[in-house]
Amino acid sequence: MNQPVLTVRDLSVQVATPSGAKMVLEGLSFDLRAGETLCLAGESGSGKSMTALAIMGLLPKPMCRIAGGSVKLGETELVGLSDAGYRQIRTARVAMIFQEPMTSLNPLMTVQQQLSETLLEHGACTRAEAPGRALQLLRDVQLTEPDRRLKQYPHELSGGMRQRVMIAIALACDPEVLIADEPTTALDVTVQAEILDLIRDLQRDHGTAVLMITHDMGVVAEMADRVVILRHGCEVESAPVRDLFAAPQSAYAQELLAAVPRLGSAPPRPAKPQGPTVLKVDDLTVRFDVTGGLLNRVTARVHAVEGVSFDIRAGETLALVGESGCGKSTIGKALLGLVPWQGSVLVNGRQTRGMGPARLKPVRRDIQMVFQDPGASLDSRMTVGDQVAEPLLIHGLASGSELTDRTEHLFRRVGLSPDMMARYPHEFSGGQRQRINIARALSLSPKLIVADESVSALDVSVQAQVLGLLQEIQDEDGLAFLFISHDMAVIEQVADQVMVMRLGQVVEEGARDAVLRDPRHAYTRRLLSAVPVPDPTQLRHERIETESLGSPIWPAGQGPEKLHLNAVAPDHRVAV
Amino acid sequence: MSAYLVRRLFESALILIGITLVTFVLLYLVPADPARQIAGRSATVETVQNIRDQLGLNDPFFLQYWRYLTALFQGDMGRSYLQRAEVSELIATRLPASLLLMVAAIVTELAFGLTIGIVAALRRNKPVDHGLMIFSFVSISAPQFVIGILLLYVFAVKLGWFPIGGYGTFAHVVLPAVTLGFLGAGWYSRMMRSSVIDVLGQDFVRTAQAKGLGKARIILRHVLPNAILPIIAMIGIDIGLFMSGIVVVESVFGWPGIGQLAWQAIQRVDIPVIMGVTMVSATAIVLGNLLADLVAPLVDPRIKMK
Repeated sequence: MNQPVLTVRDLSVQVATPSGAKMVLEGLSFDLRAGETLCLAGESGSGKSMTALAIMGLLPKPMCRIAGGSVKLGETELVGLSDAGYRQIRTARVAMIFQEPMTSLNPLMTVQQQLSETLLEHGACTRAEAPGRALQLLRDVQLTEPDRRLKQYPHELSGGMRQRVMIAIALACDPEVLIADEPTTALDVTVQAEILDLIRDLQRDHGTAVLMITHDMGVVAEMADRVVILRHGCEVESAPVRDLFAAPQSAYAQELLAAVPRLGSAPPRPAKPQGPTVLKVDDLTVRFDVTGGLLNRVTARVHAVEGVSFDIRAGETLALVGESGCGKSTIGKALLGLVPWQGSVLVNGRQTRGMGPARLKPVRRDIQMVFQDPGASLDSRMTVGDQVAEPLLIHGLASGSELTDRTEHLFRRVGLSPDMMARYPHEFSGGQRQRINIARALSLSPKLIVADESVSALDVSVQAQVLGLLQEIQDEDGLAFLFISHDMAVIEQVADQVMVMRLGQVVEEGARDAVLRDPRHAYTRRLLSAVPVPDPTQLRHERIETESLGSPIWPAGQGPEKLHLNAVAPDHRVAV
Repeated sequence: MSAYLVRRLFESALILIGITLVTFVLLYLVPADPARQIAGRSATVETVQNIRDQLGLNDPFFLQYWRYLTALFQGDMGRSYLQRAEVSELIATRLPASLLLMVAAIVTELAFGLTIGIVAALRRNKPVDHGLMIFSFVSISAPQFVIGILLLYVFAVKLGWFPIGGYGTFAHVVLPAVTLGFLGAGWYSRMMRSSVIDVLGQDFVRTAQAKGLGKARIILRHVLPNAILPIIAMIGIDIGLFMSGIVVVESVFGWPGIGQLAWQAIQRVDIPVIMGVTMVSATAIVLGNLLADLVAPLVDPRIKMK
């Protein structure tokens, strides 16, 4: 075996908190060899990002510091290195890409400027050679139209393109180690597949050692040679990827792997009696105007949702799936009257078209929403008890001791203790906060809950618990769910019906098993094949080809061609 | 671009017409009688009436306003009641002095405000930061006439570095410009400080560090251009602030600008002059905002003119 390029021994990181120093990483050791991919996996708070920042010397000062241990890059000891010393290492020998491609590039500099800056800083080429080198780097990361991209600003590029630019910057000086901190978490699943393919290709061509940080066991299975599982800052298990997935040794690794939703393994949905139709949506259309010109006239429109129809019965879950910008969240907002819409929405048989806020208020009782970010959905200056009780007050449904009783009941209902009612949101974990949001949504005894990416921000183990809670509520109360998600594996677990959307239109819909196990539309197939499989013995065979999705923006007076759905089976329709 | 400009100029003209109406109504409602001011204390009621008739002050409000507006569109701002001159001439002779003072004050406040803000942000929560923020708090709170008189006393009377008042050389500009820019320096230092702190926490700054760039380059190339963006819009609005300050500062330093002209006119109810000065300052504010909006897309590629 060749010499390790990066050797980490007993690395510990301390964070200063108001209650004293706290260890967020304790005694971590690993070796990374050329051409190898090591995954640091774990849930939030496990210290995996801290490890990356510690290696790069980028720990936020003065709160964090390396408390002990050693990080050796070849023969160079990085712990205790001066600023000037780190500057020579960063990007030249150890490069890093980050989770948020949308905000990781300077919005005021062109792609070329940001690339050349890196090249010139490390003396990789002369000023005259820089544009040529920058262009070559963009070609290396397989960015389309590289000549034009050089002159563009970050906001003109999509998330996937920006992450390619970030990779180009990281590889500008041909580093020995590439640290990728959740590089695909913020991206759509097909874009994720493209980026992962790219990282693998570049690694093969350059022999770079990759330290990949991720919470996604699918990504681990696909990318890793070896895995280190972290929890609360400590190593739980370290093993070659196949051994880990075949026979995890530690209890935590077993739990973690068991909680991972696996596409194609969800049990069949129980047959349900046909309930009454709770929501009937016909030809729902949402367009946003783009204005311009001398008189501020409408020059173009964003066709966010185009003629979507569906209905949901009591006790049923309809899943809306699609990539970002497909209009799935807009549908949820339209149902609650949060965006202007056209078409017809019948809630419990009542037409809501043209209703003002006052008349919509009783309708809103029947539809409640649970959002993606459990923290941001709660008011940080109001006790959680008051927040759960607030809808009851607003609708005048309870007061005094009855209000307290009902709130306590709701807390028990979502698996929280009523003692917690007087606390504030920051005292809860992400999973608990989402439970509070669910309690708030349940307070009005709605008929339908719109769950917009409600479990996407949660760790897998917590995600499984929250999904279990939602299922339990549905079984008991016969609640209907509109479940909006980008995660195919989660959808497979919860959905009775599935609708696949692209550019505001439905391309395929039908019963879960029909759509997910016998997909007929090319786009559905593409989505499904891009999902990383959490099993290193079953790797994705086909490569995802880069494909432009098109744009939902059309000049005024024009619009997308309306897709017609053809039935291919009794409960399965596909756009032609 | 040109369509945008035409639309914005059209909007600006509408705003200015609105301002003439509001100012005219306010002056019409003022209890003081300009005719009495012209005629003097001892004049008879008939004399005052005659003057009122001559000036058209007995006509209905809308006729008066219409007359003013039509004249204004022909470039005629009227004639001063008390000084034997056209309002446009009075303003033309005094405007250069005020513009000079304003430019000098903007340079002063930006130079001080931005520097203080940047230094404070980079030394956040250190003694330097606390000291600078106390200074900026003082500069925001202190009334301009106090600052002006204090500066005069120390630098002109005691030290004799600058002339006590008047107009002409560079030395004359310094004290009035510092007085006028003092308040703005306080505001800008606070805004710049929070803007720089905000940008320092953004992901692309971390990217710049990960590239191995030096501290100076990160601050000059990545932090400052982003931090200055919210300030640009403020400079446009700021011109309004100057117009109120200029009246005070010009009186304190005997600076022959339109602030002084306005002050004299207000004391003696010289309505055409008050109207004229108001229009000039309103135009300056509107143009300042327009300019800020036109500059913003040049600095920030994400902003499109539409």
